Amino acid sequence: MNKPVGVKEKGVKMSQHVKLGQKNKKGQVYTDIVDMFNMPEPPSFLTGSEVIRDAVKVASIDLSVAYPITPQSEAAALIGELYAEGYLGDYFRGESEFAVMGQCAGAAFGGARVFTTTAGPGTLRAFENFPMWAGARLPIQVCVTCRGINSPLTIQPDTLEMYFLLETGMLIWHAETAQDLYDYILAGFMVAEQPDVHLPIATCCDGFFVTHTKDTVNKVPDEVCLPPYDPYRSPVPCMDMENPPVRMMRDPFVMKSNYISYSTHASWQQEVRAAIERSRKHTIRILGSLVETQNTDREILIVASGTAVSQSREAIRLLEEEGIKVGLVKLKTIRPFPHAELREATANAKAIFVPEFNLSGWLAREVKACIPNNERVHAGPQVGGGMTMPLEVIAEEIKRYLGIPTETLASRGS
Amino acid sequence: MSLETVRPSPGFLEYLPVEYQDLVRHGQYGKSMKATDMGKFKELVEEHPMCAGCAMSLFIRLAFIALPTPEHTIMVGTAGCGRLAISQANVPFIYGNYGDTNAVASGLKKGLAVRFPNQFKDVVVMAGDGGLVDIGFQGLMHSWFRKERFTTIMLDNEVYGNTGGQESGMTMQGKVLKMAPRGKRDEKIDVLGLAQTAKVDYIARIAPTNPARVMRTIRRAVLVAREVGAAYIQAYTSCNIEYSIPTPDVMRDAFDIEKERYGFLEIISDRAKEYLDGIEKKSKEKK
Repeated sequence: MNKPVGVKEKGVKMSQHVKLGQKNKKGQVYTDIVDMFNMPEPPSFLTGSEVIRDAVKVASIDLSVAYPITPQSEAAALIGELYAEGYLGDYFRGESEFAVMGQCAGAAFGGARVFTTTAGPGTLRAFENFPMWAGARLPIQVCVTCRGINSPLTIQPDTLEMYFLLETGMLIWHAETAQDLYDYILAGFMVAEQPDVHLPIATCCDGFFVTHTKDTVNKVPDEVCLPPYDPYRSPVPCMDMENPPVRMMRDPFVMKSNYISYSTHASWQQEVRAAIERSRKHTIRILGSLVETQNTDREILIVASGTAVSQSREAIRLLEEEGIKVGLVKLKTIRPFPHAELREATANAKAIFVPEFNLSGWLAREVKACIPNNERVHAGPQVGGGMTMPLEVIAEEIKRYLGIPTETLASRGS
Repeated sequence: MSLETVRPSPGFLEYLPVEYQDLVRHGQYGKSMKATDMGKFKELVEEHPMCAGCAMSLFIRLAFIALPTPEHTIMVGTAGCGRLAISQANVPFIYGNYGDTNAVASGLKKGLAVRFPNQFKDVVVMAGDGGLVDIGFQGLMHSWFRKERFTTIMLDNEVYGNTGGQESGMTMQGKVLKMAPRGKRDEKIDVLGLAQTAKVDYIARIAPTNPARVMRTIRRAVLVAREVGAAYIQAYTSCNIEYSIPTPDVMRDAFDIEKERYGFLEIISDRAKEYLDGIEKKSKEKK
């Protein structure tokens, strides 16, 4: 059993094999991430793609594999420019997302820190890899710039692919803004690589809304960088033949349909899920919390993640002008799901709205499964196919609940 | 691997399993073995759950003995019969997904090169015909186009053996197998030709009829992959179960097929030839 560990007394031990304060070959100083985040820099005005590049620049990444798919192609190409400047050990274009994720797995099996990006159909083409990464305990980071996946084709933002990722055994974080994305990419490596976590992480953001719009971002100085990955702190042996030989395969047990086979598979899945939960303390130390709350004493709350949070903030402002008071819960991490935080934040709410950029309403289901008296949860509004979510649509949903007449938007057809 | 890594701390050796003691005292690490030495040393793979009379298990056993530097070798495989034996070896074995071997090996080789700029690490893919040329086709070809420095060994039993005998791209035309109920429509895929098109530096076709030749071929491929470019070996490793070859006749079948259509063949690029001539001349001079 894992003992409960207080956050304050449990410091995160960073990589020991290169001492903090030493310089890498580009002259960047290896620095603790919390110290990095406390180094003031003048704000920059950047697109999400540029933010991915700038986070990668200070993340001490050994290898990155690229493949073009909208809307992550620009970010993946910008990482290539960093490679040309000498900030990464290796970089190349793979031949498909399935291959790219396999190439990432190979490098991670060999003890490298690996970063890649994908989106929508690419995420699905790569899919077989994600549960394999988790089971093999490879702390690869994939930045998922979400886009639609269904036919007829769309390249527009839609968070449906996150629904598919939920049970892969990966950490899943959802950035609202370019600032979040920058912070999550850096924090993501530090959390995912902890020996008691050691899992892959999907740092998700909404395509275009985050990747292709400009936003003000506070970065860390380029003169510092994350401590390098130490593969010898992994809970499973690194496959570099510098350890006594081991095998990493998933089915010596398949051959024996017996109790050992069943219990090995079942217990390892439990361990992966437990490792996700153990990431909380590290995440809280670096990012402060798994959720962000605003006026949760109010009777009406919005629970959201990603850019649905930004739209909700504006909807709340709109409603406030009409005297309707609404609180907000922003979820930063989807895996681990912030159960306790959400139950606490929604304790007094009479109605909870979950706006989402997908038509499945997966986040509403997650919220419903987590809190008591879940008839309070109103799944919606939901938009799909890359449509924007106008503030009025969120406000109207809430007003309808309150019995306030609204001008019906034509698009709702009611 | 530093050989110190496998050596137990003083005083602990006698408490380790006898297999591990043998590995330390009589193992292959740091040595070069000959086929005629078999039985005199602790092989990297000894026990395996392959079928009685399986030609593939013989080939795999020889391949492991032939590895020029097992202490710096990592094997990559995928679903199929072969991995049941390969995974039992005292060399790390990576099995990621179905048909991802040559993608994983590409990433592994590059990742290791970043981490160990001054120490070669041999990466060897050993997988079946289905794993490489059907489901793994794209990864196989692109690893060759990229001139990835690792060895790909196809264990060609001309069938999906592990899943119970389905036709593969390497099955001969007309052969009736599961999923080819009227006989296979298409020809056996010419992977040797594809390898030539992709300018693979060392290409070999072989049947396990001559242990010394199998070992020399493996060694040549791994060394070319280490220093020159991509290497590919296509080995006939019959499936006596799905092709109903009586166990005592497995080797006779290997000789027959070798004579008929699987004769030993080496296609070596000029630069690989130059390299191999250099090292083989040196080793002769030593003797």
